[in-house]
Parts: sequence; structure tokens; C-alpha cells
Amino acid sequence: MKKIIIALICLVAPAHVLAAGGHSCGKIDCYKAKTDLSDKASLQRGVKLFVNYCMGCHSTKFMSYQRMATDLGLDEKQVLENLVFKDKAKIGDYMTAISPAGMKAPDLSLVGRSRGKDWIYTYMKTFYVDESKPMGINNLAFADVGMPHVMWEQEGMKKAVFKKDEHNQMVFDKFETVSKGTMSADEYDKAVLDLVNYLDYTGEPAKLVRFDLGIKVVLFLLVLLIPAYLMKKEFWKDVH
Amino acid sequence: MKMMTALLGWVDDRFPLTKMWKEHLSEYYAPKNFNFWYFFGSLALMVLVMQIITGIFLTMNYKPDEQLAFASVEYIMRDVEWGWLVRYMHSTGASAFFIVVYLHMFRGLMYGSYKKPRELIWIFGMLIYVALMAEAFMGYLLPWGQMSYWGAQVIISLFGTIPFGLGDPIAEWIRGDFVIADATLNRFFAFHVIAVPLILLMLVVAHIIALHEVGSNNPDGVDIKKLKDDKGIPLDGIPFHPYYSVKDIVGVVVFLIFFAMIMFFIPDLWGWFLEKDNFIPADPLNTPEHIVPLWYFTPFYAILRAVPPLLGSQFPGVLAMAMGIVFLFLVPWLDRSPVRSIRYRGAIYKFALTVFVVSFLVLGWLGTQPAGGLYLDLARIFSVTYFGFFILMPWYTMIDKTKPVPERVTD
Repeated sequence: MKKIIIALICLVAPAHVLAAGGHSCGKIDCYKAKTDLSDKASLQRGVKLFVNYCMGCHSTKFMSYQRMATDLGLDEKQVLENLVFKDKAKIGDYMTAISPAGMKAPDLSLVGRSRGKDWIYTYMKTFYVDESKPMGINNLAFADVGMPHVMWEQEGMKKAVFKKDEHNQMVFDKFETVSKGTMSADEYDKAVLDLVNYLDYTGEPAKLVRFDLGIKVVLFLLVLLIPAYLMKKEFWKDVH
Repeated sequence: MKMMTALLGWVDDRFPLTKMWKEHLSEYYAPKNFNFWYFFGSLALMVLVMQIITGIFLTMNYKPDEQLAFASVEYIMRDVEWGWLVRYMHSTGASAFFIVVYLHMFRGLMYGSYKKPRELIWIFGMLIYVALMAEAFMGYLLPWGQMSYWGAQVIISLFGTIPFGLGDPIAEWIRGDFVIADATLNRFFAFHVIAVPLILLMLVVAHIIALHEVGSNNPDGVDIKKLKDDKGIPLDGIPFHPYYSVKDIVGVVVFLIFFAMIMFFIPDLWGWFLEKDNFIPADPLNTPEHIVPLWYFTPFYAILRAVPPLLGSQFPGVLAMAMGIVFLFLVPWLDRSPVRSIRYRGAIYKFALTVFVVSFLVLGWLGTQPAGGLYLDLARIFSVTYFGFFILMPWYTMIDKTKPVPERVTD
């Protein structure tokens, strides 16, 4: 029986590896976003970037300022003064965009779950100049994207160089700097990681607590297993 | 204490409380050699209770309305105190239910638990399985995400393949609209929270009553009621309570450890328990690239896609998928072996059961992949082996060399 089970596990295991297939982020494979949800400072920097650069157009309509303030350890006054750009806003309001009506930017409440943080990270790092597009900009993770590169001042502009691969297909080769931004490459990377971290949190606020709680629950169950097992052993002594 | 005894006597004069306690627990004699595989029945019962309780709490904040459903789930996940925990218990519980039920069914196949006189237990069990599939399918529409919507669209359109002009009216009748819409969501909610759970509970009661009428099978497939002591108690039997109640507690704790690890650390199980696309609200105008049902349906989905269309109709595939479940009902009559347990069966049955389990798992994986090329060929091969297990069963169980079954259980 055990042999069968092991054989079955071996059969199922590669399924995941194969399931990925192709490029995970548009024209390239996703970069790995090494973020840390326990880093409150990073989340706080992230929300600052989010309200300044994203919330002009994008909402996170399932997320209230209050929930965010509580989870990120910000006090309500701070949030209302520094992070809310609407008049007469209340702390219990949901974080909806200030954009004019008619803007069709997708809601980002769950982008951390539907796209995943690696995708957002890759997306924010792979804008490139493409004069053939209306915005003059294109993206490796999201072809023909309709969004401008909102952080171009920070990152600067870059050009994508493509080359032919063995199948004669045009594939991405490397980026070349067109103009320098106000941040160094390293600073921009850190800023994007903060933003990604925040969006990862926004996708599932419970992520901040469920790991710690999970460890406690599993430890409790492991301890409970001892008396449960001893009780079983005691009762079963007289079964021969 | 005296008062309690008096109270119990008072109740017993009016309701068979002590009698039922004895019949089903303290004097229900179960074989003493239950092994690992015998945990999954009581675990399934526990998961059912958990689903009902978490379901009740979810219903308090969920809104079955196409405009509000998705947002109400996110409200539960963010703004309801402990809402995320209740929701994850329910979503992880759904998959856990299928895991324990599949293992429970596998146990039945392995030890011949469906054989005479337990055919009805098996039939009730299969009905529970079918009800569970309906329950899971309708529950999955409720979050109103892209996969909820398009998965339901695909599955209900299967009814549309029924020939003689009946298909479309039937599909429309189920949906209550020309597409999946508010009417569908409302009725699925009604079925999910009350109609199907009631049926499930009644079937579970029938399953257990039938079991306790004939007694449990065991890993040796030995009939323990043949040999009894002078009090009429089976020599190899022990009272369910306290022996198996304390043993099952150990099983429950171990199960909960695995359950908690998934629920707290990887509640979406990398897309196997909660699909990524279901975090996008349902959009009738935007079809996802791959529409994949949840893992517990994928073996049947793979069979469906493996059958080529006939005269432009997918109906043969739908029929094959249905037959994949119908054949399971027939196992008690397809199996002609004189012995129950795999321990005393020959190499042929062991081989056949292995092929069946491998087919089921591979089909399950293929059902999550795009259909075409090598995947389609594989799905066809494993569909054939899946059905071969059933169709050839009367023959191979008859010629299979069996070993003599001992009088008493062995361990």
C-alpha cells in the first residue's frame, strides 16, 4: 500500500512544475518580489506610494482607511491628514480613487491575489519606451498597456532591446537607459518592493495575522495530540 | 447523581435515549482491527458539521445578489471579525471534505466494504457523494468570481447538449435565465444553504443506520458476527464507545493539524483550493483563457473532454462523464469475487485497483490542463483504463486467484 501511495505522490508532484509552462509574466518570466509583510515600515512607505501614484485612478474599494490604519499601525489622524486627499473624508471610508468620472482603471483591492505579487513587481519594473503606442510606453509583463509609467520620474526611461532566439522569434534581451530618474536603480527597486508589499497586504489583510495564529493553533494541536494518544492507549490496553 | 438517573429514566420512558446510545455507541460492536483507513468516515462527519457551522456564520454576512455577492465575500474577509477565518475554514473544508470522502471510498474499494450485505450502505454513500458534488458546485458560484461564473456556465451548458431539442430548455430551466445571472445565484444559494444540506444530512443518517444494521466491515473482510461469545457479543468486536470514540479523537487531532496548516499557511493551496481568477469579479463579457473546475471535479471533466464530439454534439462526452459516476454505484454487483478484502484477493485485483487509482489521479490532473495534443491522448488512454476497471470487473474478479479468508481477524 505504501508503495502505491509514494508512486501516486510522485505522479502528482511534477504536475505543478508543468502547470507553469511558457512565460509567467507576458514576454518574460516574473521577477521574484522579495517582500516582507512583517515589515511595517515597508508597508507604510508602500501605502504612501499607493495613494500618491496609484490612487489618482485606481481604487481599492474593499479596503477602508480604518482597516489599513489599524493594520499598518498608523493613527487615524495621521492617515486623514497625510493619506486622504478628499474633502470631508471619514476614517471608515473605503479607499476609492479621486479620479474624474469615466476613468476605467481596474480596482486593485485583489490584484495581489489575482495577479500575484511577482507579477506586479515585474510589471512595475518593465516599462519601456515604445513610440508606436499612444502613451509612448509599453510593458513586458502587460503588452500594449494603457497605463502610463506613473513613476517614470523616479525610475527614468529605458528602452527594451529584443533579439532573435533559435526559433527566429523576437525575445527580450536587455534594457538600455534613455534618461536617468531621480532615484538610483536600487532605490527604485526598493520603492517598488514597498508598493508591491502593500498591494500584497491589500489583497488579503488577514495575511498579517494568519501565520502567527496558525503557528499557535498547530502547536496547541500538537500538544493536544499527546493526551489524546495516551487516552487511546490507556483504553486500548485491554483489547487483545 | 440520583437526580440525573431519575431524569434519564423519565426521558427513557418517553424517548429511547439510552437505547439509542447503546445501539449506536456503547453496544455497537465494531471489529477490533480497524486501521488507518477507518478514520475517514468519522472525519467526513466532522467536516460536515464544520461546514454547516461555518456556513451558518457566512450566511450572516453573505449577500446572494449579483451586484453584492463578490463584495460581501470581501467584506467577510476584511471587515467582519474573524470573517477570514470562518471563510477559510469553509473553503478549505470543502476540499477537505472531498479528500476524506475519496479516501473513505477508496477504503471501501480496497476492503470490499460494498459487498453483500453492505450494498445499500455503498448506495447511500454514493448518493452522499453525488449530493456533495451538487453542494460544492453550487457553493462555488456564490463568491461570484470569474471562475465561479464561467465554471457554472460551462457545467450548466453541459445540460444543453442533451439531444431531441430538450437540452436548451433544460439548461435555461436550471439557470432561470439565458445565461448565469442573478436568478441562478439566488436559487443556487437556496439549494446550497438548505435544500442539499437537508438531503445530505438525511442520507448520512441512512448511511449510518444501514451500517449499524449489518455491522462494519474490516480490513480482513471477515464477518465478525459469525463467532460470538455466550453473551452474543462478537469475539472480534469491541464497543464503538469508548474504544473507537477515543481512537477517532486522535484521528481528528491529526487531521486538524494538517487542516490548520493548509488553512492558515496556504489557504489557496497554490490555486488548487482557491483559484486565482476567482479573485476577479464575475464578468459575463470577459471569458477567462482557461476555465478549470476545482480539483475534485477534474477527473470527470477530463473524461468529458476526452470523448470526441458526435455529429457536432458534446453529448457523448457528457454521457461518459455521467457513466463515470454511475459505474461506481454498480460496483457491488460488478464484483464477483468470493472474498472482500484486498488482503485475500489475487494479483489481478490489486493491479486493477492500482490502475484505477492512477487513472483517477492522472485524469484529475489532466482536467486542470488545456485539452489538446499529448494531454488529450493521455486523457483518452486513462479514460479507457478508468472504465476498464468497471467493465472488466465481473471477469477479472471471477478468474482472480483468492487466498483463504481466516475465521478471525488477524491483527
